[in-house]
Amino acid sequence: MTTTTRIERHHYDVVVIGAGGAGLRAAIEARLAGKKTAIISKSLFGKAHTVMAEGGAAAAMGNVNSRDSWQVHFRDTMRGGKFLNNFRMAELHAKESPQRIWELETYGALFDRTKDGKISQRNFGGHEYPRLAHVGDRTGLELIRTLQQKIVSLQQEDRREHGSYDARIRVFAETTITELLLDGDRVAGAFGYYRESGEFVLFEAPAVVLATGGVGRSYKVTSNSWEYTGDGHALALRAGATLINMEFLQFHPTGMVWPPSVKGILVTESVRGDGGVLKNSEGKRFMFDYVPDVFRKQYADTEAEADRWYEDPDNNRRPPELLPRDEVARAINSEVKAGRGTPAGGVYLDIASRLPAEEIRRRLPSMYHQFKELADVDITQEPMEVGPTCHYVMGGVEVDPDSGAAFGHVRGLFAAGEVSGGMHGSNRLGGNSLSDLLVFGKRAGGHAASYADGLASRPRVPVPAVETAVETALAPLQRDTGESPYVLQQDLQAVMGDLVGIIRREGELVDALARLGELRERVAKVSAAGGRRYNPGWHLALDLRNMLVVSECTAKAALERRESRGGHTREDHPTMDRAWRRVNQVCSLEGDIVHLDRKPLPRMRPELFALFDRAELAKYLTDEELAEFDALAKEER
Amino acid sequence: MGTEKSQAAGAPATKRQFRIWRGDETGGDLKEYLVEVKEGEVVLDIIHRLQSTEAPDLACRWNCKAGKCGSCSVEINGKPKLACMTRMSTFTEDETISVTPLRTFPIVRDLVTDVSFNYEKARETPAFAPPPGVTPGDYRMQQVDVERSQEFRKCIECFLCQTVCHVIRDHEENKPAFSGPRYFIRAAELDMHPLDARDDRKEYAQAEQGLGYCNITKCCTEVCPEHIKITDNGIIPMKERVVDRKYDPLVWLGNKIFRRGQVPQTSVTSEHSPGAVRTPATGPPGFHSHAGASHDPKAEAQAQAGVNWHREVPKPTAPTLDESGRLPLTELTFDRPAAPSPFGEDVSFPLPPEHLNYAHPEQDKH
Repeated sequence: MTTTTRIERHHYDVVVIGAGGAGLRAAIEARLAGKKTAIISKSLFGKAHTVMAEGGAAAAMGNVNSRDSWQVHFRDTMRGGKFLNNFRMAELHAKESPQRIWELETYGALFDRTKDGKISQRNFGGHEYPRLAHVGDRTGLELIRTLQQKIVSLQQEDRREHGSYDARIRVFAETTITELLLDGDRVAGAFGYYRESGEFVLFEAPAVVLATGGVGRSYKVTSNSWEYTGDGHALALRAGATLINMEFLQFHPTGMVWPPSVKGILVTESVRGDGGVLKNSEGKRFMFDYVPDVFRKQYADTEAEADRWYEDPDNNRRPPELLPRDEVARAINSEVKAGRGTPAGGVYLDIASRLPAEEIRRRLPSMYHQFKELADVDITQEPMEVGPTCHYVMGGVEVDPDSGAAFGHVRGLFAAGEVSGGMHGSNRLGGNSLSDLLVFGKRAGGHAASYADGLASRPRVPVPAVETAVETALAPLQRDTGESPYVLQQDLQAVMGDLVGIIRREGELVDALARLGELRERVAKVSAAGGRRYNPGWHLALDLRNMLVVSECTAKAALERRESRGGHTREDHPTMDRAWRRVNQVCSLEGDIVHLDRKPLPRMRPELFALFDRAELAKYLTDEELAEFDALAKEER
Repeated sequence: MGTEKSQAAGAPATKRQFRIWRGDETGGDLKEYLVEVKEGEVVLDIIHRLQSTEAPDLACRWNCKAGKCGSCSVEINGKPKLACMTRMSTFTEDETISVTPLRTFPIVRDLVTDVSFNYEKARETPAFAPPPGVTPGDYRMQQVDVERSQEFRKCIECFLCQTVCHVIRDHEENKPAFSGPRYFIRAAELDMHPLDARDDRKEYAQAEQGLGYCNITKCCTEVCPEHIKITDNGIIPMKERVVDRKYDPLVWLGNKIFRRGQVPQTSVTSEHSPGAVRTPATGPPGFHSHAGASHDPKAEAQAQAGVNWHREVPKPTAPTLDESGRLPLTELTFDRPAAPSPFGEDVSFPLPPEHLNYAHPEQDKH
């Protein structure tokens, strides 16, 4: 008991873990519902990874093209996710995102405008109409700042009413939650530490909303920040909730791998569209070796023809550098694995020798300036080193689509944003993540509040669970024989990057699982030097076990799914299998072992099916499902 | 990551000398490190290398590593900068690079400071006031009208402008009354917002945020990684409009400097006369005259009754600038401990009462 007495305790109705777009929106909703709400953020307030989103927030407002509607948005989202999406989430998302965007304006957001003064909307891959509300290329920053300022305005209201800014909504910045505490099968609270002081803190609350974002930090090359260690995924698993779709990760084929200052940053596809070519370490333009038979007719087989295409696309076939993303990624992957990669593990993307410097600067101004400023790389003078970079995880906590309540055997746990699964199916459309945050953040916050209201008795935090949590958290500091967390993180990133990356093979996945098993034992013995005050080594040591368990989920699910779909590409099963579309893979935790189950996808309602052409559905649905669809269509007639 | 790439990109790794401040609020000092530096790295990469090698508990904030979140603010060779945006190639081979925490804020540990001052000031700044009666979805604004506010909304809250501002840098006593450049542009942003329902943003900035303390040395603009023209587009417009109500010596000075040849305008207020007071200037150039055109003769008469407005007072004081025309920021680059006084080196406080332009509401009535 000596340890528990030194723990700061707080009582809240709703605790939101994560202060990105989804977390802040959830907290606003819980507070508006009159609940005493805490927001817990690993970083400072307003620094979350949401700021990195550039493109915009997709919402069928129809400001630029009035033919846009929620039905069209729904259709685009389902297509993008290859029909593996939870249809109800895609439906709610398409219906509610316009309101969520308009609401931001009442909080003070300033989107770019159309000529008639409405919110401007831009085109984006996969969206039929111009749909993305945007602010230049900093839409994510606008979103998070707006929500942050709305929270401040609510705090100002509370101060006028109750005398304290923190009366009903408080932000705990630089605080990490390491454990959810349960009373039976009910959430009773969350345990964690202040990063600044290393002191422990216990939040007693009947409802917890997870909004912790993604898992990209488990990969060697990623565009994600250090916070993306899969905390929410792991907390949910340990609390008895389930994860779905964990095999689906979005990679971009050409992220920078060198120099380190820009590692992971995306190189836009237009570099290749404007003449950039991919070369291996032997200087060979290797893409000609990787044109699949089905594409032979459209793609050039000599460099001469490919080079003529830029000037005369009508009489020449396209250069193979412009093959679909997964083909390009597969080719880069093969070259690197064959030992013909760059020292940093990528290939060269050369535009410098292809166009005059002046022309490159004119056509690719933002690329040129970004690399000049961040890395002092002059893309007009030298080739870039690129490789696949991890960007977004489609998988996450399996939730009830309407309320965001986690499935599995736990009550009082909710999830929204990247940490939840199902909304995006096997692949996310650009622009859908920002609107996802708002729609499901609001829903999760609101439902968490009403769940708390409906409780007859408040769950109690069991003392032994707190003591265990304290011991687990202090363990890395007390050991001095284990390995450095930084070494373990690098090894984990190497396993995931090399063996569970963008292109997967059975043998490599089996190998990966064996290595993750070894890593689990090493991570259990990790030791961190130094004290408890703002000690990044200790913080990483505690994050590692989350990264590890989530990586195991991804590797297991990827091994099991024997098809290629969206963000999961199996070299040994290169096509989409209609039978697999009906299957969600569900991860749960038994002891510390990841367990994988199959679960049928929820069946889409007939009127939603009717939004699609039969010919299109035939690509995705099994014959059996199509027969049902036809029978329904007949019935209606 | 470390060893496998040492030969990457051709150039071999070199060792470079770093001095990094280690310690906490009880004290600390600069520690020397000889670190491997590879081509194309930024200062944050070097800090990460130190963390994964000889200093695993070196505390440093960071997030996006792409200049977008504003977390990794530190002072590099005495200049406030983002560590992720400071390329190693900007230093000479033999240069020792010192990395210190933000000076204006209390130390937590190593390179991490307690920046809660900024969040407190954010809470004190009145929020956006939605226009009454406009339903969501019915907001209509022209692009040209939102662009001015959008410039300020580019702010990534790195607080470099706050740490560099000499009003609070080394002047803890000014902190309660002064919000700092970040919140002046927040006020400006809302002031320029086409649909914000409040119309007292400028007055509020002057009365509650301490706008008058700012003497437009533009240090904040200089360090802004988003290249927001904090002073020119935010602070000066706020000051210029506010001058109708409040006497602000800096605007007066600014007018002297920037609009030579124009008729200088000043104004004054006392508790009895909150309205604007303006009459044409008659005093000799170089001296501060309180004679100004008035919109309200009654208010003017009342104000004039208390003070001899035609007396000569010294010029407002200005800080000592270095040879580059800027304020020296830290002792690392300055010839004495602590930062220079923002009021100049030859001013002693308190100022003699006759140099102050203040009319007591009761005593000066005659």
